[in-house]
Amino acid sequence: MRRSWGRTLLTGYAVIGFLYLFTPIFFIIAFSFNKPKGRFNLVWQEFTLDNWADPFANQELTDAMLYSLRIASFSTVVATILGSLIAIAVSRYRFKGGAVVDLLLVLPLTTPEIVLGASLATLFLDWGVDKGAITIWIAHVMFSVSFVALTVKARIRGFDWSLEDAAADLGASPMRAFWTVTFPLILPGIVAAALLSFAISLDDFIITFFTAGSRNTFPLQVFGGSRNGTPPQINVLATMVLLVTIGIIGLSALWTARRERSQAGSA
Amino acid sequence: MAEQDRSTRTRSWVPYSLLSPGLVWLVLFFGVPMLFLAKVSLSTRKNRFTGELGFDGNLDNYQTAFNQFGPQFARAFLYAGAATVICIVIGYPLAYFIARYGGSWRNRLVGLVVLPFFVSYLIRTLAWQNILADEGPFLSILKALHLVGQDFALLNTPWAVIGGLAYNFLPFMILPIYVSLEKIDLRLLDAASDLYASPSAAFREIVLPLSLPGVFAGTLLTFIPAAGDFVNAALLGSPKTTMIGTVVQDQFLVQLNFPVAAALAFILMTIITAAVLIYARFLGTEGLTV
Repeated sequence: MRRSWGRTLLTGYAVIGFLYLFTPIFFIIAFSFNKPKGRFNLVWQEFTLDNWADPFANQELTDAMLYSLRIASFSTVVATILGSLIAIAVSRYRFKGGAVVDLLLVLPLTTPEIVLGASLATLFLDWGVDKGAITIWIAHVMFSVSFVALTVKARIRGFDWSLEDAAADLGASPMRAFWTVTFPLILPGIVAAALLSFAISLDDFIITFFTAGSRNTFPLQVFGGSRNGTPPQINVLATMVLLVTIGIIGLSALWTARRERSQAGSA
Repeated sequence: MAEQDRSTRTRSWVPYSLLSPGLVWLVLFFGVPMLFLAKVSLSTRKNRFTGELGFDGNLDNYQTAFNQFGPQFARAFLYAGAATVICIVIGYPLAYFIARYGGSWRNRLVGLVVLPFFVSYLIRTLAWQNILADEGPFLSILKALHLVGQDFALLNTPWAVIGGLAYNFLPFMILPIYVSLEKIDLRLLDAASDLYASPSAAFREIVLPLSLPGVFAGTLLTFIPAAGDFVNAALLGSPKTTMIGTVVQDQFLVQLNFPVAAALAFILMTIITAAVLIYARFLGTEGLTV
């Protein structure tokens, strides 16, 4: 009896917790249908579908979104390659200096963003580099490499590397053994890390604030908007990003389920 | 055995060649900038309009940082600490619920915890600004119910800043706690009840100690970004609630006072890195990577 009472209480707490997590999200979605008076989308006026009919109406916001998407794509590609190579090296081989590598991977993630941003900005200042897309990209690759390396490493922990040896015994070259045996098996971990690193790059604010030039990424544009005006298209674009995310999560769940089924079938 | 066998067979340059591109990037754009930060923090500003610098090893910037910005440091650690405690109070039961009663829904529930955070950080914080505003929905309800006075305000107070920090970093608390709880072998609880432990005793003696590494990891992952944040203070606070991040940002990008900004950033990093190293010394770095 006592146990079920505790369980009910915990369930109630969890429901409230989830509602809390989603409160601002409901708010954001609702206000994407608002027709604000003036420049700030703050007070509910009336329901409209206009914002959704023309999500790209605000030119500055759209440009900022495209700029962010481009930077996130380029930084994700580079960071995923560099980070996955590190993850493979540290999980597969034993070598001297492993502890130093671990520390070098963890420190960028445990250093406050404001310090990373300020330090990179001093570097660019000293080198006389003009800040812009390239400097943002450099910064995003930096923190994403750590992130990808640690995520992929966690996902391939326990991977049976003797499969590669088996392939070698059957006459495969090391390269062929890697691409036909190892790579397909660690791919889900790499894809997951890439998606998360894309999302983090797209949303990064503090480091970008220090490394950006005059052109705004999407978060910078929104921050500027918090003083000059918040067009309802901000809410529309945010809701669209959320829907795309749900779509990707759904597709990857389907993909994983299919892989598991086909692997179970072939075993 | 197999591992021994393999490592003797592989050529020793292979791991280093895999590591080097990524590590070179990290050294160049994480390690080297830290050295520049140190150098700038020991320099003097020659021109207050261009921010031109001369390196002369002077420690005045550190003195300025401590003398002028003590309150902002104190606020940063106080607000971040309060936000971390709130995250534990909200996050632990939620993680426990998912790990214990989530069943086949576990992964979906974890996804649900993370999902709100795919909406831009800035937009979420702006949404809280609207919700907590004097005329906003939250206070309107409280005022209509006469739970608070008509002139009660949340926005532009420390509470709004702490609340924003707690909300924005909550998943960094929930996920590591969940991971540590999920690893616990449920048979341990059966064994405890077979030995006549009450459910609360079993929780105290088994679950809580085994989940502490998750709580510690979550504490670091919440406290660090919260302590360096300036977004919540900017959007939810007032000039009386500025944190150290606000000052670094202002000194660096607005006042062009790079040496003082660098000294402030360096102090913040030293304090936090010391905490991380102590943590890593006792608990390892595994728990920090979810």
